[in-house]
Amino acid sequence: MADSPSKTLSYPEELKYVKTHEYVRVENDTATIGITAFAADQLGDVTYVELPKAGTKLNKEDKFGVIESVKSVSDLYMPATGEIVAVNDRLLSEPELVNLDCYGTGWMLKIKLSNTNDLQDMLSAKAYKEFVVE
Amino acid sequence: MTTMQLKETALASTHKKMGARMVDFAGWNMPVQYKSIISEHMAVRNKVGLFDVSHMGEFLVSGQDAHNFVQYVIANDVNKLKSPNCALYTQFVKPDGGTIDDLIVYRREHDFLLVVNASNIEKDWQWLQKHSNSFKDLKLTDISDRTGLLALQGPKAQELLSKITSTDLANMPSFAYDKAKVNNFDISFGRTGYTGEDGFEIFVDVDHLDKLWQILFDVGNNFGIEACGLGARDTLRLEAGLPLYGHELDESTSPLEAGLDFSVKLDKGEFLGKDALYKQKELGLTKKLIGLRTESQALPRAGYEVNIDGTKIGTITSGSQGIFVGYPIAFAYVEPKYAKLGQILNVTIRNNDVKAEVIKRPFYKRCH
Repeated sequence: MADSPSKTLSYPEELKYVKTHEYVRVENDTATIGITAFAADQLGDVTYVELPKAGTKLNKEDKFGVIESVKSVSDLYMPATGEIVAVNDRLLSEPELVNLDCYGTGWMLKIKLSNTNDLQDMLSAKAYKEFVVE
Repeated sequence: MTTMQLKETALASTHKKMGARMVDFAGWNMPVQYKSIISEHMAVRNKVGLFDVSHMGEFLVSGQDAHNFVQYVIANDVNKLKSPNCALYTQFVKPDGGTIDDLIVYRREHDFLLVVNASNIEKDWQWLQKHSNSFKDLKLTDISDRTGLLALQGPKAQELLSKITSTDLANMPSFAYDKAKVNNFDISFGRTGYTGEDGFEIFVDVDHLDKLWQILFDVGNNFGIEACGLGARDTLRLEAGLPLYGHELDESTSPLEAGLDFSVKLDKGEFLGKDALYKQKELGLTKKLIGLRTESQALPRAGYEVNIDGTKIGTITSGSQGIFVGYPIAFAYVEPKYAKLGQILNVTIRNNDVKAEVIKRPFYKRCH
């Protein structure tokens, strides 16, 4: 029997969120991007993450990759405009990190933000949580 | 989102309490997974898993003409069921060879029990009604609403079920059917399943469904039982090479095209679909179901195109990670000349061609 009947998903206060279920962690003009606990939970067991190369420039709302679970395939979208400065290569061999630790070792991209105004349109942890329980 | 009210089994609240993610499956609000499809899949391969499949349909066929009627509407030979309390896998086939549904027929003491796909209950019922006219002494009863059905699957299924019944399960053959009493209520069960493992499909009145689930879990804890959803059911049946109606079978696909020849008995006498199936056998098939293994991290999925040198020759009908075997696997329909084992084909995954090899089905065969 399931150990935890109703699992609690976490949404760290210090992160920003978008409605396509990506989060950003901002440090100066760099943002770390991944998918939220809600998205990881909805996908179930992640089997593959397809990510762009470092150096790629993408606009806010552009598709930056694909995530596959046993059950489904979903596109990943840029929460902000910027140049990709690092990609989490560990996800190639350990896609399950997205399920195990989406806000830590399961991160996907680091980007250099082109426009910090992009952050203003994003949701707080509280607002995102309200959005997903709707 | 549909505005239609989803149907639920008597276990719906139990599933939700256990943390299941519920999805709309053929109009039913069913658990797709509890904790993880991978862990549920592996529990069935290594230990034991329990599925609520009460959404499936059950019809009783009784009367003097029951035997002849069943023989007329199925493609397999009902005479293979030499004595009561055994079952076979078969299909309802249209006169043009297309498949109405696939099902299991149980021959019981005084009637036949037909277990059909949830998505086809109404269609099947009308199909049977329509073809029952020339059978005088025949009674058809839809008992789907009163019938709970649990699938207990895995190498530990026999040992577990033995703890709660006095039936000699060690000597119960595959596809046999038996009855037992658990607590104060009746169950009946076939040694059948849809996972490629040993196991049982257990019928119980809906009033006792929740109790039976609890009992199997309480006893099953010692065996490492896991609740399994439709997600794992799908990955398990795919690995075991079993077709799913709506994917490998539909009204424009015959059981022969699906490679189900073992369950089509053309020499048994008259039955619905016989002429079309006979013709297919004589003239050859225009499409054939194959098993594929791809060399990719991206998974082959239903609807993806299969090509050779850029020319489309078929379509994937089901695909997934083969969770136990450890590589991506798929079913596809292709032109028969490309169906040979070892044939190399391409599967188009998001505009990229990925190499795929035609391999033997089932992808997984149990050795215990």
